[in-house]
Amino acid sequence: MPVLSVRGLSIDYLTRRGAVHAVRDVSFELEKSETLAIIGESGSGKTTLAVGLIRLSPRGTRVATGEILYTKDGMTSDIRKLDDDDLREYRWAECAMVFQAALNSFNPVITIWEQFLDTARAHGIKDKHRVRERSAELLDLVHLDARRVLPAFPHELSGGMKQRVLIALALMLEPQMLILDEPTTALDILTQRSIIDLLRQLRQRLGFSMIFISHDLSIAAELADRMITMYAGRVVERARVEDMFYRPRHPYSLGLLRAVPRVSGALGSVASIPGSPPDLIRLPKGCSYAPRCPYAIDACREAEPPLLKVDTPEHEAACIRWQHVAEVIGSKAPLPVAEKLA
Amino acid sequence: MCLVGESGCGKTTTGRLLAGLIRPTSGRLLYEGKDVWQTKGADLARFRRAVQLVHQDPYASLNPTRTVFQTLSAPLYRHKKARGGRQALAAVSELLERVDLTPPDNFVSKYPHQLSGGQRQRVSIARALTVDPKVIVADEAVSMVDVSIRISLLNLLLALGREFGVTIVLITHDLAVARYFARHGRIGVMYLGRVVELAETESLVSDPAHPYSAALIAAIPEADPEITRGKKRVELRSAEIPSLLDLPPGCTFHPRCPLSEAGLCDVKIPELLAIPGHREVACHVAVRERTAEPAAATA
Repeated sequence: MPVLSVRGLSIDYLTRRGAVHAVRDVSFELEKSETLAIIGESGSGKTTLAVGLIRLSPRGTRVATGEILYTKDGMTSDIRKLDDDDLREYRWAECAMVFQAALNSFNPVITIWEQFLDTARAHGIKDKHRVRERSAELLDLVHLDARRVLPAFPHELSGGMKQRVLIALALMLEPQMLILDEPTTALDILTQRSIIDLLRQLRQRLGFSMIFISHDLSIAAELADRMITMYAGRVVERARVEDMFYRPRHPYSLGLLRAVPRVSGALGSVASIPGSPPDLIRLPKGCSYAPRCPYAIDACREAEPPLLKVDTPEHEAACIRWQHVAEVIGSKAPLPVAEKLA
Repeated sequence: MCLVGESGCGKTTTGRLLAGLIRPTSGRLLYEGKDVWQTKGADLARFRRAVQLVHQDPYASLNPTRTVFQTLSAPLYRHKKARGGRQALAAVSELLERVDLTPPDNFVSKYPHQLSGGQRQRVSIARALTVDPKVIVADEAVSMVDVSIRISLLNLLLALGREFGVTIVLITHDLAVARYFARHGRIGVMYLGRVVELAETESLVSDPAHPYSAALIAAIPEADPEITRGKKRVELRSAEIPSLLDLPPGCTFHPRCPLSEAGLCDVKIPELLAIPGHREVACHVAVRERTAEPAAATA
């Protein structure tokens, strides 16, 4: 039984120019203790999707269709239909989120201790001693010294420390699920490394499921079990991490992988994706990636391709040319695509 | 050439120093053999034109109330490279073509908010080119644009270097970007305000001499599951970065360095010294080991 099952979710932003179809017909499942990475460039709808999962979408948003089914202890409920009390319980206690601007997510005028206390109170934990013990335990878990960190104000901590505190806060109520939006983007290399290693340890120890939202493929390469590529609001490819990196079947996934140079190994044929993402109010007819796609043919511009099963049962791509892509980059060797194309 | 390092290592300050925006506390900045801060008048003006800066944030570095034409024509008029609207328009169109914003007619009357991040950054590069610079200092010029188009911006800068003989110093925190950009050039690694290693890109990336460079390369997460999950870590002795107000004695990296030797590294400041293989490194241990090797081999 998956922890989370999203079915046919569509989210629009209502603007004066018309409805922006930011998320279109997205479905996926998240198993217990599994890590899923959602990748795509800005404007692909990944943050809208993440925020939609905990019903925190800003005003002017319309969840047009779909279900978000959450399962705990054999009980399944649709997040879209929860009342306020249940929703409050779901947020943070069941599903915690670490936001993109993580470093600015704290209240700047209260100490870290008060931030812990606030969160605890909001969820009905009134015993200060218990909160104290729990926060010390959590900070220890993220390798921070509670005596030093708790009395500090957010500005007194470095970026990496703040990110750790946020992860500790997110784990306070032992959620089943953690959503992280660009968790390492603003951090230095050595700090990034320590956060990634920390998340890996915590996942092993506590067994929660994670969803990463990132444009950074390296964090997906580090931590993900499965990956989803989003483009123009849709899921265009879904695969296990090795399949996505070494045998992508959607030209957009291929393009993204090829756009990121590496430090180790051969440089290969690195290249940008030409053009820019489409206008989400007036989407092009047919496949929305076709205008930028080097493999597009006339049929691509006629109808939007559905997700098709490719290679293995766990691998799907929304591309009628996936076999051609497979021929171009081959199926076997676990070589990065930039090297295969070189 | 690329300068890399983590935040607070002084790479942006070095960039501003190169562009003559700040006066060095000590030491000299030489342009064509002359100390920039001793020159005056026409010589100084020549330096100012010759070295241009491209900033990190294309959303902040362009005036939002000016069209692309206004932004690009102002320096042309100022430096008397264009007289009158028609000449300016021709020059602006040529600049836009150079940075691949084609056809130029579609862009001249646009305001920054009508452009994407990548397009804005191209306008910033075109602005740097208005005065025919010899050197462009690009400070994190691709960090704020989408991954999918970073490479094309880097290629544009490389092409300018090739076709117009412009020297480009790219400042970045991203070693992978640095490796791609400077693949036929050099990388300088900075730590706490100093260059700790300066080497040809491929030799630096495949065989870093300074323990800090080695730690960075070992730590960087990469877009390849097999490589990144199989990386050997370099364990640092401390994760804490010392304050620039209170630098450790001797080598500033010694409190974190796995190779640190008591009585040497915590006492004596290492100089940036040449070692075999056209590279320079500021580390007592690395210099000793790497210069000793060939001697031992011949013996």
